[in-house]
Amino acid sequence: MKYISIFDIIGPSMIGPSSSHTAGAVRLGLLASKIYGKKPSKVKFTLYNSFAKTGKGHGTDKGLIGGILGFTVEDPDIRNAYSFAEKNNIIIEFLSKDDSSRHPNAVDIEFSGDEKLIVSGNSIGGGEIEITSIDDYKTSLRGDYATLILVHKDQPGMISKITGIIQQAGINIAALNCERKERGEEALMSIFLDSSLPPDLLNEIEKLSGIYAVKSFDALKR
Amino acid sequence: MKDIKNFSELEKICGEKKICEFVQDLEADKLCINVQEVRNLIKNHLGVMKESLSRSLNFSSISVSGMSGKDSTKIIKRYNENKSPLNMLFGKVLAYAAAIAEENQRMGRIVACPTAGSCGILPAVIIAYAEELDISEEKQLDSLLIAGIIGKITAQKMPLSGAMAGCQAECGVGSAMAAAAVVELSGGNTAQIINAAALALKNSLGLVCDPVAGLVEVPCIKRNGFYAINALSASEMALSGVKSVIPIDEIIDAMKEIGQLMHSSLKESSEGGLARTPTALEIEENIQKF
Repeated sequence: MKYISIFDIIGPSMIGPSSSHTAGAVRLGLLASKIYGKKPSKVKFTLYNSFAKTGKGHGTDKGLIGGILGFTVEDPDIRNAYSFAEKNNIIIEFLSKDDSSRHPNAVDIEFSGDEKLIVSGNSIGGGEIEITSIDDYKTSLRGDYATLILVHKDQPGMISKITGIIQQAGINIAALNCERKERGEEALMSIFLDSSLPPDLLNEIEKLSGIYAVKSFDALKR
Repeated sequence: MKDIKNFSELEKICGEKKICEFVQDLEADKLCINVQEVRNLIKNHLGVMKESLSRSLNFSSISVSGMSGKDSTKIIKRYNENKSPLNMLFGKVLAYAAAIAEENQRMGRIVACPTAGSCGILPAVIIAYAEELDISEEKQLDSLLIAGIIGKITAQKMPLSGAMAGCQAECGVGSAMAAAAVVELSGGNTAQIINAAALALKNSLGLVCDPVAGLVEVPCIKRNGFYAINALSASEMALSGVKSVIPIDEIIDAMKEIGQLMHSSLKESSEGGLARTPTALEIEENIQKF
């Protein structure tokens, strides 16, 4: 189980009014946009349950947009997130849904532009978040580690080839999970690292046969 | 260093060692930094807490909804004019907690402790005590470390969010953290620190999250004031030697169970309780007209 620090309790320093509905929203937007890795032309947010019902009053919409734009949780520009989105030519759409099978603070973030991608996640309290799926793949990303996400062919040896490269850099792997669509088809690998992978090793991984896509990003600031 | 699982472990370890020393050693070990860096991080947060209070006191404003924004100003005026039989320390704790919560509502910068909805409680008690009793910054940092460990152990057992477990998990836990902090500032021992947290938390069980119009204003802002005073009541009891009959680990289990039994309409959905009163519904309609 991941260590819960007193700084998860006292902190973050953030723009209010709600750690789950504002700061959590910013961090979900931030992590989702790092996963998408490009500038979108449009982002559609579907808010669920409590997120949907009390989101407007809690600045959830501004928080999510702010996160997509790269704002941190304590950036006062969150208050003007809509106009920043407009200035950046990003079309924003919000939908609300009620679904008891989803977390009380769940959101689906649908990116359109050069590529389409849907990232889903939950704001679990105190500003902590969890990305639960990327397109059809289930995952569990909390933004608390440097992360490597790979879409690859589901074939023997992939994990050892990739982790072999990481080991060369002397970087410790904190956790790793794999999820595949169907045997022999595509799979998603999420690797959580104690420190960031240097660009040259990232290139090496990208060039491996069977790798379809790679995304790499640092931990979210606490 | 081994992580701490629950309060009964904390009591055993901190019979000899001071809790705040244990906490800074544990954090330094787990975060791979040194003790001074732990204290510096906490000091940064204390700085932001003081700034949020100061900004709120100097630049207060009524909220867009009209429901809040100047209540702390009214309380401070009463105490500055010596109109209360209660002392300035009481007045400051009550007013400061509301003032910081008002700043939060304005989308100002605050420190979540443990959440934004409860962000007024802990800073109010520390700042008010520091001002009235001339307490050093080092002691204030010690008290924040104590507050941190109370929240950390609680968060290991259950999510600290109104949407998952009602306001008992936000203001209740914030109050427990503040009670422990006050005992530390008052020179209390480990048993008194933990008892204060237990008493404050026990008095918050069942507290629901039913915000009017889905905003973090009513009952949230004034509630920060109420639960800051709740922390004082708990710390005074603990310092008098009053003990919580139910140990805090069991209180947290009870809080978790109550949170699960709580209907979703009372967990940050604005679908029950205060949020559905005729006045609340009228306010909600007026806001939507904007």
